[in-house]
Amino acid sequence: MLRVLKSGFYTTIQDVGRFGFRAFGVPVSGAMDSYSSQFANALLGNSKSSALIEMIMVGGIFQFMKPTMIAISGADMNAKLNNEPIEHNRIISINAEDILSFGNASKGVRSYLAIKDGLMSERVLNSQSQYKPITTNGKIYKNDILNYKALAQEPQQLNASVKYDASVLFNNVLDAYKGPEFNKLTEFHRHHLLSRELKISKLNNRMAYQLEPLIANDLRSILTAPVLPGTVQLTPSGNLIVLMRDCQTTGGYPRVLQLTEKAINCLSQKTTGNILKIRLKD
Amino acid sequence: MEYRLRYSQYNERSILIEWPAIIDEDILKNILNFKKKVLKIYTKQKVEVIHTYTSILIIYSFTIENVNDKFFELKRLFESQDKDLEVESWVWEIPVYYNDEFGIDLDNFSKAKKLSKDDIINHHTSAIYTVFFIGFLPGFLYLGGLNSKLHFDRKTRPNLDVKKGSVAIGGQQTGIYPQDSPGGWHVIGKTPVELFNASLNPPCKIRPGDKVKFVSIDKATYLDIESQIAKSSFQLKPIPNA
Repeated sequence: MLRVLKSGFYTTIQDVGRFGFRAFGVPVSGAMDSYSSQFANALLGNSKSSALIEMIMVGGIFQFMKPTMIAISGADMNAKLNNEPIEHNRIISINAEDILSFGNASKGVRSYLAIKDGLMSERVLNSQSQYKPITTNGKIYKNDILNYKALAQEPQQLNASVKYDASVLFNNVLDAYKGPEFNKLTEFHRHHLLSRELKISKLNNRMAYQLEPLIANDLRSILTAPVLPGTVQLTPSGNLIVLMRDCQTTGGYPRVLQLTEKAINCLSQKTTGNILKIRLKD
Repeated sequence: MEYRLRYSQYNERSILIEWPAIIDEDILKNILNFKKKVLKIYTKQKVEVIHTYTSILIIYSFTIENVNDKFFELKRLFESQDKDLEVESWVWEIPVYYNDEFGIDLDNFSKAKKLSKDDIINHHTSAIYTVFFIGFLPGFLYLGGLNSKLHFDRKTRPNLDVKKGSVAIGGQQTGIYPQDSPGGWHVIGKTPVELFNASLNPPCKIRPGDKVKFVSIDKATYLDIESQIAKSSFQLKPIPNA
């Protein structure tokens, strides 16, 4: 097991999400940056659905009680093992009593800590992703104890040839498909949406990211319809809202664009004030 | 009735199918029937199907290689006649304590609509509502069939903390809050019944296509049901929908 000495800004347990329960109104959840989280799991030879720790902006401090192997991917949070800097995207051996600490994020905002064979934690509706009130807690708190299996054997360095594609941390052009209501936009508004620089507002979290400036439009609300993470809604008052992993399953605002999976991952590595552009995928 | 459907790719893994944009029970039946067929042909693959008033979204667990092949497969499925897939449905009676104590907006609603509280309760309990789909929050039922005398625009400023079980009206819709949540609908009562339980699978017993009827109860009954629920000795018993 490991003990949470400091939880960080907003640290959660995530896996690939709660597939199969959206018909009951349950958000899919799962790691915001699916690329970095799956990369960390793959390094350890973990299954794709293994649960890991997602940190944003400011990471936590963890003490391990049993030997294991870990891998860190995503934003740089100045990770240190017993005060010695450690590298990202490689397997790191952990001994009992070791202290792993993270600081402020640079080069991206979300960092992932994967543990050999995954974290063992509360599993609700086939997923360990924390989302209140589906799970008991919505995030990790100081003094929480998280369990993992003791290391049975030394793992081999797996996938050593696979290189982490750091463009997920830097890329600020997001690819998108036309959304179901895209064609209701006028030529002028389409151009406006796709040509200008957009800034991430302070309203950004696991549920949605709002972008600025307002885009005046004359689209009417639609009958409540399905939405997915990556759906870009345009409200009558001109707010551009990009839905993220913890989003509702249905919505009534026009869906003008749909981000690609890769673009959702890139956006997950951005925060308040970051500038981006949206590019239509043909 | 024949519907012209629109098929489009929603993202790498999903296909959206849209019916004409009208809230209509025949469309709902058509959608539920198609949804059942889709789930039946995809039992071996991991596929998720969500639907709303006039849409079905099919989410595959893999990237779609050739979208035209999928469109063709789905169109052929839609046109196939399969009489065995009649969707069964149930009627659920939901006990509601309509009162100023829990229905925090009942008084305002009554004044604004110039209806007595008894009239509001009579109109609300005399209708039989159709469950169109579940969305917004886990276990939130989109119900059709609210008496037009009870239509009332949403609040301009939402309540930050609407209690779980609150029965409310917003615009032309009525609904039950399945958990504590912010919300802009007018709360006229409260049910002690739980609509969603994440520790059960399925987490929600009431299904799209089912019917809901609200039954007015007094405070003693409310408290009694509430204590039975706390002891897990209360279960809603649906009646088959004839």
